[in-house]
Amino acid sequence: MAIIEVKDVFKLFLADGKEMEALHDINLSIRENEFICFIGPSGCGKTTLLRIIAGLENPTSGAVYLHGEPIKGPGPERGMVFQEYSLFPWRTVLDNVAFGPELKGTPKEERIAKSRQYLKMVGLERFESRYPHELSGGMKQRVAIARALVNDPLALLMDEPFGALDAQTRNTMQSELLRIWGEDKKTVIFVTHSVDEAIYLADRIVIMSARPGRIKDVIDVAFPRPRNRTSPEVNRIRDRILCDLGTEIACIPRS
Amino acid sequence: MAKTRSLRDSFSERGIEALSIVGLIVVWQLAAGAVNETLLLPSFFQVLAAFSNSWQSILWEDLPTSLLHFFIGMAAGLLVALPVGMSMGWFRMVDKALDPIVEILRPIPPLVWIPFAIVWFGLSHEAAGFIIFMGAVFPILISTYVGFRNLPRVYVESAKVLGATKDIDLVRYVAIPFALPSIAGGVRIAMGIAWMCLAAAEMFGVSTSGLGYRIWSYYYLHQMDYVLLYMIVLGMLGLIIDRSFRYVVEEKMLKWQAGLTQ
Ligand SMILES: Nc1ncnc2c1ncn2[C@@H]1O[C@H](COP(=O)(O)OP(=O)(O)OP(=O)(O)O)[C@@H](O)[C@H]1O
Ligand SMILES: [Mg+2]
Repeated sequence: MAIIEVKDVFKLFLADGKEMEALHDINLSIRENEFICFIGPSGCGKTTLLRIIAGLENPTSGAVYLHGEPIKGPGPERGMVFQEYSLFPWRTVLDNVAFGPELKGTPKEERIAKSRQYLKMVGLERFESRYPHELSGGMKQRVAIARALVNDPLALLMDEPFGALDAQTRNTMQSELLRIWGEDKKTVIFVTHSVDEAIYLADRIVIMSARPGRIKDVIDVAFPRPRNRTSPEVNRIRDRILCDLGTEIACIPRS
Repeated sequence: MAKTRSLRDSFSERGIEALSIVGLIVVWQLAAGAVNETLLLPSFFQVLAAFSNSWQSILWEDLPTSLLHFFIGMAAGLLVALPVGMSMGWFRMVDKALDPIVEILRPIPPLVWIPFAIVWFGLSHEAAGFIIFMGAVFPILISTYVGFRNLPRVYVESAKVLGATKDIDLVRYVAIPFALPSIAGGVRIAMGIAWMCLAAAEMFGVSTSGLGYRIWSYYYLHQMDYVLLYMIVLGMLGLIIDRSFRYVVEEKMLKWQAGLTQ
């Protein structure tokens, strides 16, 4: 069953008085509890598409539907983790996570207990009274994930959340994310540059191409988790994605 | 660096500070002895004597009066500058509408409002407060505006996707806490300017009491030891006000900033 439906979405930006087509005729149906990855070259509109789904940006034409209702603006039922660090520097780790419940008017004790539970889920319960500037990049993104999850969103939108991390931390974070996703079933829309990351994480990979940003291919990844990062099947899918992305010199035509 | 300084270093620094103040007093006393003319340079002990004669009237009359003026001016300044600065920083239309007015009024030196202050309020506490207000309002307004304007988009958007979709929530939970360090910096500058305006306003006849007023009346009597005494009291009070503000605001309220600056 589709939770999010992207229908005939076009997005034009005005840059230096010229129109630039960031998204061209995007159609996509995202299923409930699905882990879906957007992948594509820089500037192909991944962030723009995610922001439209979040309601932070309006499509020039077309619409995005959540459970059949057109999305008109941002809301706590679609949590988002940004490409850049986005924790509020004036709030402690715990108060950052408690932000959503605080806005909803959750009583103090309840929201603290709930926030602690999510901090524990991302393994940072010992850092609750720290300020964001005292955390490493990976820790910041984990707090950002906890902060989004505590609102119990229907969908979690993640824009290259691990893009700034080293390979080692990144692998750990990927496993952590899958563990959290397993515990707390959500629809996850995850933007990445990395083919390996997409194959390790996703149920479905949406491959985009640039100028204008279009959906070029959608690939189902049916392997059970936890996945091996280097098996022959994984290599075959990787080849296909790299071929789609146009980074492979010799593309074997697929049947 | 202040955090890693050892106790011994801090003791010896205190020692150097004390020594340099004592040195200043010694040089002052010697210089006054050499000049030997109270009108030109009262000595340290003359000022001390003036203090022992007048400390009660300083403490119970002049100080409360000046602090009242200061309070009126700063309170009015905050009351006007915070909402105006916030609205200008948050709403582009308000910015467009009010910016020319602010830019016309801001360069007028606060003290030249003295004639109007007297015409409008008479020789009252409000008149002195008005001059102080004119000095304090713009630094607070500008720093509030700048704090709001520098708010990174990602904080606003994070708050939006976490459920803060109303302007009032975004201002309260995101813009104000983010802008607070900038606002605090502006208030601190405003208090410095307010203190200058206070002395000048009281001296030049907006008031018939207060520390600044005393300086001028003792000058008419050519009692320069008292003039100097009141000057020192004004300086010390300014210092105390600034230090306590910094202590309360920067050490207690803005702890989160510690790792972001320097
Ligand atoms: N606010 C904007 N105004 C004008 N152009 C924009 C704006 N936002 C994005 N664009 C343009 O739209 C295109 C898509 O941008 P987008 O940020 O969605 O790319 P992306 O796929 O996320 O890239 P990256 O992988 O580098 O993050 C780019 O060419 C970008 O310059
Ligand atoms: Mg992007």
